[in-house]
Amino acid sequence: MSDIAIELKGIDKRFGLVHANKAIDLKVRKGTIHGIIGENGAGKSTLMSILYGFYQADSGEILIDGQPVTIKDPNAAIAAGIGMVHQHFMLVDNFTVLENVMLGAEDSQILNASIAKARVELKRLEREYALEVNPDALIEELPVGLQQRVEILKALYRKADILILDEPTGVLTPPEADHLFRILAQLKAQGKTIILITHKLREIMAITDEVSVMRRGEMVATRQTKATSVEELAELMVGRRVLLRVDKGPASPGAVKLKVENLTVRDGRGVTMVDNVSFELKAGEIVGIAGVAGNGQSELLEAISGIRRAAGGRVMLNGTAVDVTGKADPADLRQRGLAHVPEDRHHVGLVLKFEEAENAILGYHREPRYGRGPFLDIPAIRREAEEKIGRYDIRPPNPRLKTANFSGGNQQKIVLAREMERGPDVLIIGQPTRGVDVGAIEFIHKRIIEMRDQGVAVLLVSVELDEIRALSDRILVMFAGRVVGERGADAAEGELGLLMAGIDGKMEAAQ
Amino acid sequence: MSTPYAKLPGWVDYGLIPLINLLVAFLVAGLVVLLVGENPLNAAYYMVTGAFGRGEYLGFTLYYATTFIFTGLSVAVAFHAGLFNIGSEGQAYIGGIGVALACLWLDRILPWYFVLPIAALGAAFFGALWAFLPGWLQAKRGSHIVITTIMFNFIAASLMVYLLTKVLKPMGSMSPQTRTFEAGGRLPKLDWLMSLFGLNIGNAPFNISFLLALLAAFACWVLIWRTRFGFEMRTMGHSPSAARYAGISETRITIVVMMISGALAGLMALNPIMGEQARMQLDFVQGAGFVGIAVALMGRSHPAGIIPAAILFGMLYQGGAEIAFEMPAISRDMIVIIQGLVILFAGALENMFRPAIGRLFAGLASRAPAASQAKGA
Repeated sequence: MSDIAIELKGIDKRFGLVHANKAIDLKVRKGTIHGIIGENGAGKSTLMSILYGFYQADSGEILIDGQPVTIKDPNAAIAAGIGMVHQHFMLVDNFTVLENVMLGAEDSQILNASIAKARVELKRLEREYALEVNPDALIEELPVGLQQRVEILKALYRKADILILDEPTGVLTPPEADHLFRILAQLKAQGKTIILITHKLREIMAITDEVSVMRRGEMVATRQTKATSVEELAELMVGRRVLLRVDKGPASPGAVKLKVENLTVRDGRGVTMVDNVSFELKAGEIVGIAGVAGNGQSELLEAISGIRRAAGGRVMLNGTAVDVTGKADPADLRQRGLAHVPEDRHHVGLVLKFEEAENAILGYHREPRYGRGPFLDIPAIRREAEEKIGRYDIRPPNPRLKTANFSGGNQQKIVLAREMERGPDVLIIGQPTRGVDVGAIEFIHKRIIEMRDQGVAVLLVSVELDEIRALSDRILVMFAGRVVGERGADAAEGELGLLMAGIDGKMEAAQ
Repeated sequence: MSTPYAKLPGWVDYGLIPLINLLVAFLVAGLVVLLVGENPLNAAYYMVTGAFGRGEYLGFTLYYATTFIFTGLSVAVAFHAGLFNIGSEGQAYIGGIGVALACLWLDRILPWYFVLPIAALGAAFFGALWAFLPGWLQAKRGSHIVITTIMFNFIAASLMVYLLTKVLKPMGSMSPQTRTFEAGGRLPKLDWLMSLFGLNIGNAPFNISFLLALLAAFACWVLIWRTRFGFEMRTMGHSPSAARYAGISETRITIVVMMISGALAGLMALNPIMGEQARMQLDFVQGAGFVGIAVALMGRSHPAGIIPAAILFGMLYQGGAEIAFEMPAISRDMIVIIQGLVILFAGALENMFRPAIGRLFAGLASRAPAASQAKGA
């Protein structure tokens, strides 16, 4: 028995012209938590997909417990003792926990015996690893944190000794994340090996033993966590020094630019997503909306920007009413000074098949300067796009390149350039740095602060609590569609975390 | 590396891959011919000489191509807005009413060059009207356009049977067709164009509506890529959620695009009615609306691709008829099989060879990594 659980030697993988993994070497020691960090597109997911048998490496070798293995599909990975917890859970929503755990691991066509066996096994796993969850609960009725636990149970049920977790905390509240870390520590104590993929440096520092950094398809460094620092890791990820703190002076709020009163939004099934929300947004301030994804922030932004009909309430923009329950039209709101950077740039903020210059006018394409009468002035559009490319350092600097061929950070800059350069009165930004590399995050944060200092009223929604705390002058916390608290920029993380989880003195009294 | 997706050079995407698909389609078609016990090489010979061998044959090929350009554009324009218009067939059929009415009314009074614009407007109007209804139903009532346009094809067919047997048929005639138009209802042939190349048009009905088709193709290009409306319809076609975000009205785009699509389909009626028969007959569309779907697919919904694709299908029609004539073992249905194979490989299986070709080019590119890196920096 060797001390190394997994060893990768010279793993190489190309997708067409993209060299996703370049001769990757990696050793993961048994019974440790090994972090893998890197920016989007650095090749982390590709590497793990190779390990889990979704892709085959073009060349290279995988050794498990010192033995070379071929992992041709996920079944082979499971047989080799590897389990994976995906970022997007692979669960059947209308199955129970027990059924999900068994799925694909039944002993025969007749299920009774398997069910009984699985129930016993599940009990044992729960005891051993403190993974309590009701085996008969339906998945769709469980909170996200528990769904993730089911994913972990699934892997353990299949006798995994090595667990791969892909961005496991992205959907969790801070308390849920803490609980997950306790579970991982427990698993480690029981001798399991854990690989944790994340882009959150703090998580790496908190729970890993060793950390490997990937950049542009290469494994650039492996460090003992104790012997490294957040700054060093950030620098290794980006390849240059980065400023992790945002410098900003105090806000000087002016007149109220956006006023939201008793806004209520329901989704297609009639479920209330935004519940009687009211707030004010003043010129020259950044109001951050914190909350775990799916607590109504998206619907709130969509209703204010006219994309989604509200069920009730009033919105005033620059002192005039916006017909949010009726005919609010995004094109009209844009003319009235509202700019919107949507959360989902791939499906909403951009048309990925358009060339860059076309996306640079999306939503503003009716403006007279982009053409005469019904016709578009393509040279003028490209010229202006080129200027913005220069100012926002969008790379590659080619307005005719298809938008899909830009990296996440550069795509986001295309949207930001379009929405910021109009000099709006109100700027609504959803997830400004989701899927954006560390280098671009710094730039985007700086621009947002600049907008504020120029007197723009900024409404910021992000699931990254750090980002909210770094940028906001005031913080609203949303939970289950309601604003459950307002705090200053200096609010403690723990306090916000509890609010995000819906735990609050008033709430408890109400229950 | 800043490109997350492997990209192929344009000439590969638009030239090489369609060509390979076409070759494979013909190879499989050759196997079918072999199976029937005929020599595929002979069949290929008859196909090509039958379509291009003489001025007259070429004239027929281009006559068919004219029709297919119109219906191909009709499908392509709708496709850019994400609408799959299966109803070009019916829209072309109803468009015929506009042509017939103009000709019946004016053919004895005005020369063709005055009748043509009126007939074209009539064709476009009736075609657009027939597409407006499914467009309106989708935009306002959520009835899926694929279903409604198919149904409207049947309604159009029944309506035309009624009109041609009860209303538009001259008294005493036994065939379901209008009276034959006088000089004002007949389009001049493009014999002068053919003779520029030293070709004799013979009996081929290749007529001036071909030039109108080319004009329509250019107008479509302008509409799609050079107007604000085209920008909006392409936005909706690629991403309805982005269109909503940009404040583009889905209702308006759906209805207007369907009407433009229907108008293009309707214009097709000029070619057989004024260009060849000088009367409107039952079933004059002959499936051209459905061929338009294949033409649009093969031409990648780009006017510059639709014209060659339409000529290809014109060749299959004209050359196919020659094969059926010269090789009795190969029936008319066999020609339909060959056309089907072309549609299958050029349309449905369009991406079959793409990964392999992508890998090939990746291999070539990595052999010259220094060059590409220098470019990236």
